[in-house]
Amino acid sequence: MEMLARTALHLLLLLLVAPLLQGVIVRTKALFAGRVGAPLLQPYHDLARLLRKECVVSRTTTWVFLAGPAAGVAVPILAALFMPFGALPAPIAFTGDLLLFVYLFGVARFFTVASALDTGSSFEGMGGAREVTFACLAEPIVLFCLIVLARIADALSLTALLGPHLAATWRGPAGLSLGLVVVCLLVVLLVENSRIPFDDPNTHLELTMIHEVMVLDHSGPPLAMVLYGAALKLMVLGAPIVRLLLPVNTGSWAGDALVFLGGMLLLAMLIGVIESIMARLRLVRIPQVLIGTTMLSGFALVLVLR
Amino acid sequence: MTELSNLCLLLVILVNFFALGSSRLTACIQAVALQGAVLALLPLATHGLSSHSLLLAGGALALKGVFIPWLLLRAIREVHIRREMEPLIGFVPTLLLGALATAGAFIFADLLPLVEAHQGGLFIPTSLATLFSGFLLLISRRKAITQVVGYLILENGIFIFGILLAEAMPMMVEAGVLLDLLVGVFVMGIVLDQINREFSTLDTEQLSALKE
Repeated sequence: MEMLARTALHLLLLLLVAPLLQGVIVRTKALFAGRVGAPLLQPYHDLARLLRKECVVSRTTTWVFLAGPAAGVAVPILAALFMPFGALPAPIAFTGDLLLFVYLFGVARFFTVASALDTGSSFEGMGGAREVTFACLAEPIVLFCLIVLARIADALSLTALLGPHLAATWRGPAGLSLGLVVVCLLVVLLVENSRIPFDDPNTHLELTMIHEVMVLDHSGPPLAMVLYGAALKLMVLGAPIVRLLLPVNTGSWAGDALVFLGGMLLLAMLIGVIESIMARLRLVRIPQVLIGTTMLSGFALVLVLR
Repeated sequence: MTELSNLCLLLVILVNFFALGSSRLTACIQAVALQGAVLALLPLATHGLSSHSLLLAGGALALKGVFIPWLLLRAIREVHIRREMEPLIGFVPTLLLGALATAGAFIFADLLPLVEAHQGGLFIPTSLATLFSGFLLLISRRKAITQVVGYLILENGIFIFGILLAEAMPMMVEAGVLLDLLVGVFVMGIVLDQINREFSTLDTEQLSALKE
């Protein structure tokens, strides 16, 4: 019974709060630009509006076109079941679930790219190619970071990796590696969610788009699913960063959930600040930055292995 | 205090990576200035507040952190170059080589028969990694300014090694090292100016071509 209640709390947190983070990011950017900005709940209104709209599907597409948005929502929810939210343990944990976690996002990416290719548009093919290229460079970073955490925790499940030992680790000699891991995971968060400086979520200039270009043909409810899926993904990938930076165990469910939510809101503000003060990188520079970050994560591994 | 010195050494390694991967000369020089300033903290972190370590820190900060970077920034302003174009080895390969060298330095440092006190610390591996990064920068870039930056990083590696010996090493030796460096940069500055005047470029490749 308790297990069921925990799972329900976990999913409710994810499903209800995820769009709010997008609202916080937009609001932070607006404040930086000296505007009032959209209300914090605007993403919920957008989703509701899109869900009421008619869906236009090109005649050249097949079922693959609609599989993309479906996988885009289903995968982050599934992945969230393995990811502890702050001090709340994940509903499902087993040895080696970290690999499943990483490659679930690979599945989502496959379906998104397939649905982009299914439209037959050359723009969307280009976007798909870029998405896959950058994903290949981001994947080793995540794996290196998880190996570092696994080495520190001496365990192979995400709940154990992000367990209560982190507070002591920060003060110990492995604190330096944890710092590097946080930086690397933040870079991955920005790349995977197509954020500045890697991609601009607002741009509609086809030559520079990466993720946005792949969903150009989606409309109505499928577009709502794409947007909702992106919000869920931001929350699931942000959760380990929040846990690493705020390794507090309050002892009660409500306290842990509040600490986690507070951390997520701060993370969203941080993303807003990064987006406001940085310019978008030139496309050719992105692989260079990602390889540099891979080096950093590899270096963190060298530090914990010696 | 070991936490502070470990943090400093980590920053030094990050600056190495940055200098290897960056194509902007100004950013490169600023990074080396940061590295010099961070290195100035090291004698204080390892040997505590004494007149000897204060002098060492002050000298390092003034020369490595402020004076030499200022000279270099002035030099690139005068010869109007901003970027390193066409390095002999590309930016990503040098970054990879640098990372390999850093990992190698860590493995090698563990095999060295060191004094008990230095075993397992970050000093020796960081020093070796910095030496190699500087060397890599020195041999892989065409522009004379980047080569000077590489030389500076190389010297920073020697400085890190020297800090471990600061108790045993007489002051004069350290002063000598800093002076050598300063002379080196001055000579380089004059050479840069000459190359620039002769060929109206700072590409050292031009020097190896025979000319009527």
